[in-house]
Amino acid sequence: MRWRVRVRIMPRQGILDPQGQAVAHALGSLGFAGVAAARVGRTVELALDAAAEADARDAAKRMCERLLANPVTEDFVVDTAEAIA
Amino acid sequence: MKVAVVRFPGSNCDADAWHAAKDAGHAVAFVWHRSTDLGGADVVVLPGGFAYGDYLRAGAIARFSPVMQAVEAHAKAGRLLLGICNGFQVLCEAGILPGALARNAGLSFVCRWVTLRVEATDTAFTAGYRKGQTLRAPVAHGEGRYVADEATLDRLEREGRVVFRYAGDNPNGALRDIAGITNEGRNVVGMMPHPERAAEALLGCTDGAALFAFAGT
Repeated sequence: MRWRVRVRIMPRQGILDPQGQAVAHALGSLGFAGVAAARVGRTVELALDAAAEADARDAAKRMCERLLANPVTEDFVVDTAEAIA
Repeated sequence: MKVAVVRFPGSNCDADAWHAAKDAGHAVAFVWHRSTDLGGADVVVLPGGFAYGDYLRAGAIARFSPVMQAVEAHAKAGRLLLGICNGFQVLCEAGILPGALARNAGLSFVCRWVTLRVEATDTAFTAGYRKGQTLRAPVAHGEGRYVADEATLDRLEREGRVVFRYAGDNPNGALRDIAGITNEGRNVVGMMPHPERAAEALLGCTDGAALFAFAGT
């Protein structure tokens, strides 16, 4: 089975996120009221071959731990896994 | 001494590092990132630049280059290893040095001269300086804000492993003004500023030259 797995990587809470601050500021400048904060992370979409959804999710988790996220500055979550073939 | 300057795709301070080491009297060779042989080097330098385009995170992909296994073994054996700017980022990503280099607090790529204070002189890279001495060197980075958890920062301080601190002007928001650190064995140093760009009179400053003496070894 092939799975589309999305992992979301975000700056860790408590770590300064200057990108998010800049985005929040820009939104305010554009007249969008009420933006209390913005945080900017990244999404990585993987096409993964695995026997079952749990295996695909587990593989994505290991990829985050090894490469996709930096444990010092980032948190990650395996968001979705859906069969695509 | 024999010095190896590693070249990753995207390194761009490799020639500068080569020159600074050459001028200090060493035999210097370039080593391509796909090589697993450091040519018996006494000192390895990971130079500045944008290895692999800084994709994902600065240094994140470079740390898995074939050459890095040899570099890790070199460091583990107690041999000298210096990471400058992108090289420092690679060393942190590889876990050879603790912490990480995050996006600059000031939102901008910083490219200017800064003043550094030498905090530790008991490394081969800083033995030519006096403790508390200030020196000038350029910084040029977008992700140079040194971060680590409080326990790690406290440990670095306690063990005297903060090697350089920004004096006055902290260009990136680095925690505790940290510009450079060393490992437990004190044979590895990583720093964001570029001493190789301040290593001869022609460049307007020679403060960085002593670093390449690799003194006390």
